[in-house]
Amino acid sequence: MRRIRWTRRGLLCAGVYIRVLRLRATRAGWGRSGLLGVGCFSCSSVGRASGSTGLNLSWKLCVTIMRLVILDNYDLASEWAAKYICNRIIQFRPGQDRYFTLGLPTGSTPLGCYKKLIEYHKNGDLSFKYVKTFNMDEYVGLPRNHPESYHSYMWNNFFKHIDIDPNNAHILDGNATDLQAECDAFEKKIKEAGGIDLFVGGIGPDGHIAFNEPGSSLVSRTRLKTLAMDTILANAKYFDGDLSKVPTMALTVGVGTVMDAREVMILITGAHKAFALYKAIEEGVNHMWTVSAFQQHPRTIFVCDEDATLELRVKTVKYFKGLMHVHNKLVDPLYSMKEGN
Amino acid sequence: MRGGQGAARAPVIQFTNCRILRGGALLREDLWVRGGRILDPEKLFFEERRVADEQRDCGGCILAPGFIDVQINGGFGVDFSQASEDVGSGVALVARRILSHGVTSFCPTLVTSPLEVYHKVLPQIPVKSGGPHGAGVLGVHLEGPFISREKRGAHPEAHLRSFEADAFQDVLATYGGLDNVRIVTLAPELGHSQEVIRALTALGICVSLGHSVADLGTAEEAVQSGATFITHLFNAMLPFHHRDPGIVGLLTSDRLPAGRHIFYGMIADGIHTNPAALRIAHRAHPKGLVLVTDAVPALGLGNGRHTLGQQEVEVDGLTAYVAGCSVESALEAASLHPAQLLGLEKRKGTLDFGADADFVVLDDSLHVRATYISGELVWQVEEARP
Repeated sequence: MRRIRWTRRGLLCAGVYIRVLRLRATRAGWGRSGLLGVGCFSCSSVGRASGSTGLNLSWKLCVTIMRLVILDNYDLASEWAAKYICNRIIQFRPGQDRYFTLGLPTGSTPLGCYKKLIEYHKNGDLSFKYVKTFNMDEYVGLPRNHPESYHSYMWNNFFKHIDIDPNNAHILDGNATDLQAECDAFEKKIKEAGGIDLFVGGIGPDGHIAFNEPGSSLVSRTRLKTLAMDTILANAKYFDGDLSKVPTMALTVGVGTVMDAREVMILITGAHKAFALYKAIEEGVNHMWTVSAFQQHPRTIFVCDEDATLELRVKTVKYFKGLMHVHNKLVDPLYSMKEGN
Repeated sequence: MRGGQGAARAPVIQFTNCRILRGGALLREDLWVRGGRILDPEKLFFEERRVADEQRDCGGCILAPGFIDVQINGGFGVDFSQASEDVGSGVALVARRILSHGVTSFCPTLVTSPLEVYHKVLPQIPVKSGGPHGAGVLGVHLEGPFISREKRGAHPEAHLRSFEADAFQDVLATYGGLDNVRIVTLAPELGHSQEVIRALTALGICVSLGHSVADLGTAEEAVQSGATFITHLFNAMLPFHHRDPGIVGLLTSDRLPAGRHIFYGMIADGIHTNPAALRIAHRAHPKGLVLVTDAVPALGLGNGRHTLGQQEVEVDGLTAYVAGCSVESALEAASLHPAQLLGLEKRKGTLDFGADADFVVLDDSLHVRATYISGELVWQVEEARP
C-alpha cells in the first residue's frame, strides 16, 4: 500500500496530487455519510479514516479527484465509459431497498456508451432492475412522441432495450402546464431517491453542461432555459437543418443540481468539442463555460477521445495518458451480475 | 375484444427477436400487442409506466401484416357461386383453411350467376371479423354479370347482362340488394355504366374494371366516376396497344382525379401473366399492385398449398421474377395495398400502432410459420414451437 506524505502542494500519493478541500458536510462526497475518506488514485479504493486502506489518518478529509481519461477513438471512449458505469452499478450492489441513481445525457456523444451498456445487459452481465435514472433535460413544447424529443431518444436508444422499471425512469416533462412546478418536482424526486450516485453528462461546443448555456449561474437548479444560438445551430441537424423547427426553450437540471451528485462523468468526443474541453479544464471556473464548474466537484471524470484533446497543452495530455494504467484498473476487471455478486 | 374499456387491463404481449414490416421497410423492432391491437410501447412506458406481461421469441422471423385476398372464388371443394342452403359453412371452411397461407381477411368472390344465385347466396355471406375460426370476411366481390361478352373468360355467357335504362335499379334487382357487397367488377363500356359506377361509389362500394374491351378514354371516365380497381390486369381485357393502351393505360394515365391512383389486381403465378409483363406493370406503378389468387374451388384439393400456395408462389414469384422488387414491396402488395383499396389501411394491412393485430410470421423464404388475428394465434406450422 503506498504511503501518503505531505508536500508543499498537498498530499502526494503515488505521484498524484490530491488537493484537500474544506469539508462540506452537506455536500455529497463519497458515501452517503458525505465525509471521511481518502481516495487514492492508484489504490482506486475509498477508505475510511479508521484505516481500512491501511493508512493511519486522524483527520477528516474531503478529497477531490479529477481524472482525464483519454482513449484513442470514439468507440474506445464509449466502451471505457460504459465499463465504468457497469462496474459502478455492480460494485454498489443495488437491491430492493437500495437503488443506484444514475443521471443520463442525450445527444450523439453518448450513443456508443448506451450501445455498450445494452450489450452488457443483453449478455446478462448487467441489470437495471434496481437502477433509477434522471435525465438532464427535455425540450419545451415538443410532443413527447416527436422523434426528436428526449423521451423518444431515451426510449429508442436505451430504455426499450433494458429491464428498467418505467416508474424509475425520470425525464422532465416539457409539456407540463406549470413548467417551474415540474422542475421543482424533479428536484424533489432526486432528493427522495437519495441523490444521484453518478451523473453522466456531455459538453456542448459552447462548454455548456445540459442546457446550462453560457452565463448560467453555477449554483443553478432545475429550471426553464432559453437556448443559445450555438445550441440551436448544433441541434438543427436533428430537425432537417431547418432552424425554425428547433425548439428554443428547454427544461434542464442546473449546474448546482449536477454538482450535488456524488460523482460526475463527462463524455467528450470529437474535434469540435476540443476548445470547450480546453476551456473547461485548463482555464478557470467561469460561468461562460459552465462545465468548468466541475473543477470544484469532489469526484469528476472526463472521458475523451484523442480528437477532443486537440486544444489541450501537450503536457496535460501526456500526463493523463501516462496514468492510463491507473485508469484502466477501474474498468478491468469488468464485473458481471452473472455470478450472483 | 378489441379496444374499449377493458383493453387497458388486457395483457401486453411483446413479440421479440423479429423483423417487422413498417413504413415499407423491415425493421429490427419488437411488436407489442394488447387487446387485439398493435400497441405503442413508448406510450405504454412513459404514460402507463408498464412493461410487457409476456414475451414471445419469434426466432428471427419476419412479421408482416396478414394478407388480404380480394379475389377468391372458393377453394377446398367450396364454390362461393353455388346456391346451396348452407353457404355459410362453405365460407367458414375456406376462411379456416386459408389461415395456413397467411390470409387474415378476404372477399369471397361470386362469378357471373343467375339472379337466383345472388338472391340466395348474398344474404348468407355477412361481413365477419376473423378469429380462431377463420379469416375475416370483408364483404363480397361480385365479378359480373355486367361484363363484356367478348372478354367473359370462364364466365357463363347465358347469364351476362347489360344495364337497362334505369341502370342502378337494374343492379339492385339483379343482386337482390347490396348489403354485404364490397367490390363490384363491371365493364365500363356498357351503356349507363358511368351512373352505376357513381351510384355504387356513393354507397361505399369499390368499383373495379374488368372483363372489358374498354379503351383508355372510357376507362379514364370510369375512374373519374369513382372506379378504383382493375380486376386481374392484362387478363380479360384488351391488350396494351401503343396507340390505345386500354385499361392497362390507367397505370400511367395523367387524367385521373388528383391525389388518387388506380389499384390493379395481379395473379402473379407466372401463368396468368408472363413475369416480364408483371414487371412492366410493377415498375410503371408499384404502389398500385394488389396480389390476388383468383382461386377456384378445385384448388386446394390434393395439393393443400396451392390456393394460397399461389399467393406464396406469387410472393416468392414476385420476388423471384420481379428484379428490383423487394420482399417489402411484395409483402405490401399482399397486405397494405388491398387494405388501401378498401379504405381500411388504418386498421388492416399494416403494423402501425392502433391497427388490428392481424399478422403473419414468415421465415426468410416467406413461408408462413404462424398466423395471428387480433393478437391471438389462430394457426401455426405443425412442428412444435416453444
